[in-house]
Parts: sequence; C-alpha cells; structure tokens
Amino acid sequence: MGGRMTTAAAVAAPPSEFRTGLTNAKLGVWLFLASEVMLFATLFTTYIVLRLGASEWPRGWEVLNVPLGFTNTLVLIVSSVTMVMAYAKCWDRDYKGFRIYLGVTIALGFVFLGIKSFEWAAKFRVHHFPSTSIYYALYFTMTGLHGLHVICGMIVNGALFVLSKKEWDHPLFMGRIEGSGLFWHFVDIVWIFLFPTFYLL
Amino acid sequence: MSYAFNWGLPPAAASFAPEIDSGIALIHWAMLIIFVLWGAFFTYLLIRYRHRADVGVSLDDTTHSLKSLVPDVIVMIFEIGLIIFYAIPVWAHIKMKFPGGNEDPVELNVIAQQFAWNVQYPGPDGKFGRRKPELINFYNPIGLDLTDPAAQDDVVLANEIHLPAGAKALIHLSTLDVIHSFGVPEFRLKQDAVPGMEIPVWVKPTQAGTYELACAQLCGFAHSLMTGVVVVQSPDQYQAWLKSRAPAKPQQAAAPGANF
Amino acid sequence: MSDDQHGHAPRSFWRRYVFATDHKVIGLQYFFTSWVFLLIGFTMVLLMRWELAYPGTPIPFVGRLISPLLAPGGIMTGELYNSLGAMHGTLMIFLGIVPLGFAAFGNYILPLQIGADDMAFPRINMASYWLYFVGGVLMLSSFILPGGAAQSGWTSYAPLAEFNPGQTTWLVSMVLIITSSLLGAINFLTTGINMRAPGLSLFRLPVFVWAQLVTSVLLLLAFPPLEAAAVLQLMDRVLHTSFFIPAGLVVLGTKVAASGGGSPLLWEHLFWFLGHPEVYVLLLPAMGIVCEIIAANTRKPLHGYKIIVYSMLAIGVLSFVVWAHHMFVSGMSPMLGNFFLVTTMIISVPSVAILTSMIYSLQGGSIRFSVPMLFALAFMPLFGIGGLTGLPLGLTVTDIYLHDTYYIIGHFHYVVVTGSIIALMGGVYHWFPKWFGRKMNDFWGKVHFWGSVAAMNGVFFPMFIIGLHGESRRLYDPTAQIHNLPAHYWHIVSTVSAGLLMLFQLPFIINVIHGIFWGEKTQENPWKATTLEWACPSPPPHGNFEKPPRVYHDPYGYSVPGYREDWLPQNVEWEGA
Repeated sequence: MGGRMTTAAAVAAPPSEFRTGLTNAKLGVWLFLASEVMLFATLFTTYIVLRLGASEWPRGWEVLNVPLGFTNTLVLIVSSVTMVMAYAKCWDRDYKGFRIYLGVTIALGFVFLGIKSFEWAAKFRVHHFPSTSIYYALYFTMTGLHGLHVICGMIVNGALFVLSKKEWDHPLFMGRIEGSGLFWHFVDIVWIFLFPTFYLL
Repeated sequence: MSYAFNWGLPPAAASFAPEIDSGIALIHWAMLIIFVLWGAFFTYLLIRYRHRADVGVSLDDTTHSLKSLVPDVIVMIFEIGLIIFYAIPVWAHIKMKFPGGNEDPVELNVIAQQFAWNVQYPGPDGKFGRRKPELINFYNPIGLDLTDPAAQDDVVLANEIHLPAGAKALIHLSTLDVIHSFGVPEFRLKQDAVPGMEIPVWVKPTQAGTYELACAQLCGFAHSLMTGVVVVQSPDQYQAWLKSRAPAKPQQAAAPGANF
Repeated sequence: MSDDQHGHAPRSFWRRYVFATDHKVIGLQYFFTSWVFLLIGFTMVLLMRWELAYPGTPIPFVGRLISPLLAPGGIMTGELYNSLGAMHGTLMIFLGIVPLGFAAFGNYILPLQIGADDMAFPRINMASYWLYFVGGVLMLSSFILPGGAAQSGWTSYAPLAEFNPGQTTWLVSMVLIITSSLLGAINFLTTGINMRAPGLSLFRLPVFVWAQLVTSVLLLLAFPPLEAAAVLQLMDRVLHTSFFIPAGLVVLGTKVAASGGGSPLLWEHLFWFLGHPEVYVLLLPAMGIVCEIIAANTRKPLHGYKIIVYSMLAIGVLSFVVWAHHMFVSGMSPMLGNFFLVTTMIISVPSVAILTSMIYSLQGGSIRFSVPMLFALAFMPLFGIGGLTGLPLGLTVTDIYLHDTYYIIGHFHYVVVTGSIIALMGGVYHWFPKWFGRKMNDFWGKVHFWGSVAAMNGVFFPMFIIGLHGESRRLYDPTAQIHNLPAHYWHIVSTVSAGLLMLFQLPFIINVIHGIFWGEKTQENPWKATTLEWACPSPPPHGNFEKPPRVYHDPYGYSVPGYREDWLPQNVEWEGA
C-alpha cells in the first residue's frame, strides 16, 4: 500500500467540468434517492389507506418482537455511524481505518439481516404468512423490500471494499464511498420509519 | 324541439339529463368556435408568412412579450365560469344530494357480477333481506338469506330493472366480483360498482320506455354481453308489475354467465 | 466528462453495436426497437379494429394463423380482444412512444444539444436499454407463455387483473420497463444538469432539452408509485396477499380465498398517480421537437421562449395533482371530484400557453414547408383538437356521460397519435441527417405526411361521434348492445382508415431504410440550425465534438440583425449579438 501520496483535497475536489460542482455520481445518487423516497412513500401511503379502511388492526407490540426490532434499529444506526467513519477515514487517507470501518458496516448489515430472518422465521413457524391478513401482507412486503435494499447496500459496500485495494487513489473513489454512504443512510432512515409503524403503532 | 341538433346524443330520459346535455352542447359550441378562430388565424399565418425569396423575417419582441398568455386568460375565464356556475352545482345535485326522507324514493339494490346485473327490490315491507356471500349459488345469485323475515317478500330479478316514471329511484350499487359500471346512456348516468363498497346512485326517469343498461367498465371476456333492460313505466303500471312479482322467492336466477 | 473515459471507439462488434455505451448507438437502438414495438402495437389494433367493424366475422388473411383457442375459425374471442387491447395500450405507451420520444431522441440529441461527449453514466445507459429490451420481449412473449397475455387493459384495474390469467407476466415486464425508465431519467437529469457546455446557462437551453429534463423529473417521481403498485399486485397474485381485494368476493360462483381488507380504489389511485404524468411524458418531448422544428423552419426565434419553459415546468408540477380526474365516476368521494376538477382546469392553462406560443412563433417568420415542418405544423391544430376535447372529459358533470365511452378514446388518441407520434415522425425527418449524414426523400416524406394525417383523422374523428352516441369502450362486440347500432357504420369508417394509415407507413419505412444506405448525402448542418447538435459532424464521431464547444448565445439565433447569415450558431462568438 505504498505510494499513497495523493492529498485528500486532490482526491476530493470534483473535476471542474461539472456544472453544479457535484460529481455526476453524487448527483445521480441523490436523484436515485428521490425516486426511492417516492417508492417507500407509496408503500407508507398504502399502509395508511388500508389501515384507515380496516375494521380491526393488530397491536404491533403484541404480535411482533419489539426488543428484537429495537435492537435492529440500533444495529442500523450504529452501522450508519461506522459508514460515516469509513468515509472520514477515506478523507483522512487512512486506508487501514477505512477498511475496518467499512468492514464493520457490512458486518452490521449481516447482523440486521440475521435478526430480521429470525423474526420472519418465528412468524412462519406460527403460520403467519403474507396471506394471513392485510397487516402481515404489509409487514412482510415492506420489511422485505427494505431487506432487499439492505442487501443491495451491502453488495455495493462489499464491492467498494474489494475495489478499494486497487482504486484507493482513483479520483472518483471518494465520491463512490459517499454515494454508497448516502444510500446506506437512506436505508437506515426507512427502517427508522418502519420500526414504529409496525412495532409500536 | 326534439329535432334540434343535439350533438348526436341519444334521447334524454332522466331529470338531470338536460343539465348534462346543455353542458355538453355549450362546451362543444365553445370548442368549435375556438377551433375555427384558431384555425383561421393559423391558416392566415401560414399563407401570409410563407417563405418568399424577397421577403425577410420581421422580428417581434419575443423575449418579453406576454402576448401568448392572452388566449389563456380568455380560456381561463371560460373555465372558471364553467366550474363555478355549472360543474360544481350540477355535480352536487347529481352526486351528493340523495333522495330520502319525505321524497320516499323507490329503493333497490343492483348487484353486479360477471356478466349479469342482479336486482333486488325490498318488496311490500320496504326492507331489504339480508345477503350473505357464502349463500351464493346457482339458484341464489345474490346470496339472499331466506331465514331473514325481511327477505321473504323481496323481489329478485336478473338483467331487468323496473322504475316508475316521474319518481326518484335510489339505487344501491354493489358488485360480487370485479369492478363494473352501471351505465344507461338515456339517463346520462354512469357509476362504477366497486368490490367492497356500496355506492348510492339516484335517478328520476322522465320518459316511459325501455332502455339499455350496459356495463361500462371492462369486466372480463364477456364484458360487451353484460347488458340489461331498464323498463320505465307509468306509476300505475309499475305498481301493478310489482304486485305481480311479490311475494317471491329468488327467481330467474342469474347463474354466472347465464345470459350468453 | 463522463465516467467512461473517451479514448477511441470500441473496436469489437459486440461492444460497438450491441452492448454499446455510446449514447448515439444506444439512441439508435432505442429508435429501431421502439418503432418495431409501435408497428407491432399498431398491427394488434388493426385486428381489433376488424373485430369492431365486423364483429363475429373471420379476420381476413391472418385470422387462420392465430391459435384456434383464441380465434376459432379466425373469429376473435373476447379473451383475445381483451389481450390485444391490454397489449396495444402497453406496447404503444411504455414500449413505443416513451422509448422513442424520451429515450431515443433524448439519448441521441440531448447530449449533443448541451455539448457533452456522452451521457453521464454510459454503462447505466446501456443497462436501461437492455432492461427495456428484455422487458419488451417478455411482454410480447406473454402471448405464447402459459396463461397468455394480460387481459385487463393497460390500466390493470384490480380486482379483475388479480383474477385474470397472464397478468403476472405483465407485472414482471412492467417492473423491468419501469426500472429502465428510472435509470434513464436519472441519467438524463444528471447529464442535463451537470454536463452542459461552458456558457450554456439554463435559459440558453433549447426547448427540447427543457422538455427532456421535465420529462425525466416526471418519470423519476411518478414511476416509483407504479412500481410499488406493481409489486403489491404481484404479491397479491403470487403470495396471495389481498392489497387490492376486499373480503367476501365471489367470482363465477366461487368464494375468493383471500384475507380481504384491500382496496380496489387504491390501485386506481396509484395507477393514475403515474398515469397522468405519463401523458405528459408522452407529450413534452413531442412539444420540444415541434419547437425545435418551428424555430429552424421559420428562421426566427421562438415566440415566448420563457413562457414555454415556465409552462413546461408548471405542467411538470401540476401533473402530479390531477390524477383522479380519471376517476370521477369510480366511487371515490364526490368532494374529491371537485378538487381534481379545479386542478384539471388549471393544468390546461400552461398547455394553452405553449400551443399559443407555437402559433405566434409563425408570425413574422419565413415559413419553409419542409417535411419536418409539415409534421410540426400538423401538430398544432390536431393536438388542439385533442386538448379541446379534454375539456368535457375533465369537467365532472359532462364526464358522467362521456366517461369510458369512445369519446375518451378519440380524445387521447388525438393527443398521443396526432400529437406525440406526428411530432416524433417530424423529429425523425428533422434529425435523420444528423444520425446518418443523409437525407430522407422529400417526395415520399410528403406522401407519408398527407396520407398519415388524413388517415389519422379518419381513424379517430369518428370515435367522437360514436362516443357522443353513448357507446362504451373496450367492447369486443359493440353490436351486442342495441343502443350502439345507430352509430355503428362509423366503426367501419374508422377501421378502413386504420388500414390506410398502416399502408401510408410503408413509404416511411422504405424511406428510412433507403435513406440510411442510399439517401442523398448532406452537409453538416442541412437545416442551417443554430443549436449545438449541428456544430459537430453528421453523424458525430465517438466523443462527438472535435473540441468541447463554448456557448455564446440564446438557442434560437435566427435572423439576427447585422449578422452575415440568417442563423447564428450558439457556439459562434460574435460581438454584434
């Protein structure tokens, strides 16, 4: 890992030909997040509409495992912090620190998915499926779609973890970490809405 | 009067039909005038400003001119007028003020299914018998619960509605399976029947006659065969007909796809 | 500069023409694919039109080729009619006009007009095309897959769509196509915002670029709700949830096994939340093209450039709050009807402003009746008819009668066919020299134009008459309803015109193929136009501009007083301006 002479500023400054001062990648990620917001907003709207029209609605804390859900919330929040730390280490040009924090972020993703699949399996064991009721339909669909997003975020982070060996000095590398981080925070925020919606309300 | 140009609309046979017709006529006259004026101006421009070798381009103030907003203002005034003086009041009249209380409307249930219209009259007691989806079968297409006293005198028909002329009718529209739409062109009436909902519709037929009821929302492969008749009779004839049908067991069962 | 560093064009055939990342190649891929889908969608509707005019009679020529399950003895069944109807709508809108107007023209022209060397994300661009291609092929192949093609209309209203066969394939294809459009929208927006040439400020952008950017925003924000809705419907079909199924339904005598609790109206709301912005996705690129053609062929700047731009932005915002005017008689609260009535009337204001600006742009000009200009001129009155006939449909009261009749079919076909498609055809003639360095034949272009315009009116105008008579849409046998009989002969007029319309596309197809290989060679800027796409060779080489252009003027520098020519390109520095 020798020859890391590039200064942070040189790596971080976007090439001057971008009109907004943002790199294409960063702008693209923000636009992508805008469409993701619409996607989840639609699902939350669906939840509201169907719940308002329902004659009865299970109490989330009685049918779901609140401690596990709360743990998962913490896991994701901590992973967001480690993601930021990975980005900061990138900014500091600290390759080793970067790899540790990014690795922890990915590992926390696995923890989240593990807890989530344990919760799902517990539901399946007592024969609660998406077809059981509209509540479970929404629960499995929305947490499932969120889980897919977690997996996507982990894949991107994993790819960057592997690529960092080769592309640590690439002028766009920091932008990629930033983009991936933005996506990861978004996934985190969605969960912060999902948790109270299904477990507490 | 009846031979006056009415934009090809079928004869009107309900109390609110003339209100809808006048709106359609007004808008179409306005559209025609706008289109002709616009078209004339457009044609003039094409001829006047066609390319000629000896005539150059005359530049107007293109960047700060608000000229192209002028037609907009006219269109807007027309539309605001339409909304305030036509659309909102007439819409409220047709869709929000349902007959009830002392008007004593004729009440009936229309229960749509693939591909038939089931009709339920409450009979002399004025009460609809209970319906249960689990009772639905070939002989009982609406699932009428015959253990309910109110159901004993109900009149159940398929693809046939009888209404007295000059009286308001309140139709409770529902469906057993998919979305259908209750459409009678002569009444200028159309309303979707949505699964899980019971939607009220009212109509006051003005002309005796037989009209066609046709599903207006795609409901499956035999959608175009999902028709029925609406028989509008004088009040006396209607009462006589009603008597001849009651008391009744569910009859003239509409089995799924019975009418094709 | 794009992420993909531009050295030289890739050499291998696969990288160069199939899995290409060059925006020009991708643009042409979209161009040819979308025309194929348009022609297939048109062929489908010819079969439907035969059934409408002569219900219950064998389809001539091709009837015997169709599976006897769908067309016994060559006579169309209701199932086949509904499948063709659903596929016609889907193909024309999602696989035809959007990919042509937005993706094909946008891909080729937008980077050139802003002076960029490629799209912002060339590899994502490639992914969009291939997602679209796979989605389209899957959609088409649903005819031969188990379950057949979807039969529930392009709107896929629940719960009909939940019970009908074939819908699962439709939903999976739609998810692919939507994803493709979303990636495209992100790409276009990033490119348009971030990669403009120096000096090219927002108010120096050609109208076409503005149109593409607003379209991208609409796609970006309106498509995800449909994607979510498609996922929910897919869940209903595959995992037996009941998002759109209420309790207690009985279909053909059998009780539906679903937990219930869902709402059919929710699907309608989600669908039309996309559905209405989608109309402007079809329309805005067309308007942009018309503006470009008008400016070049009147030799005069567009009238009210800023009004057009602000109107497009207003349309973009307003199109998100008008969706439920498709649902006046759906059973939603009548109070909501009043709200959407008002927003619908408001959205007509910017549309009228754009059309008026186009017409005023002719005033004082020196109008050259070139083939693309003929199409652009035809757009104005014909789109005008489409817009005007929207008025009685957008008005709650008159919509009670006209809803779901042929009147609405006539209305939106005037908007989309004589509006969008006419403009897109004009765009083909206009930019063909840019794409291939050759011109299309003028004479056959005029034959195509006059034939198409006459035939289109012959197809769609009778629909207003049929609709005012009270005939419903989507009837595979309109003669089964007695009240439809008096107006039935208009169906025959429409069907014959549809056949002629297909016939008049032959000169167009031949003209395109002939033009590519043997057309008359043209110079770099045959229309003497000012925008940046004409400032590079035709066809442009890999990387487009020999040296990155700089912009000095507004987009339409025609007949600038004092300048030696009657066009002043955006990239030419001149003190007098």
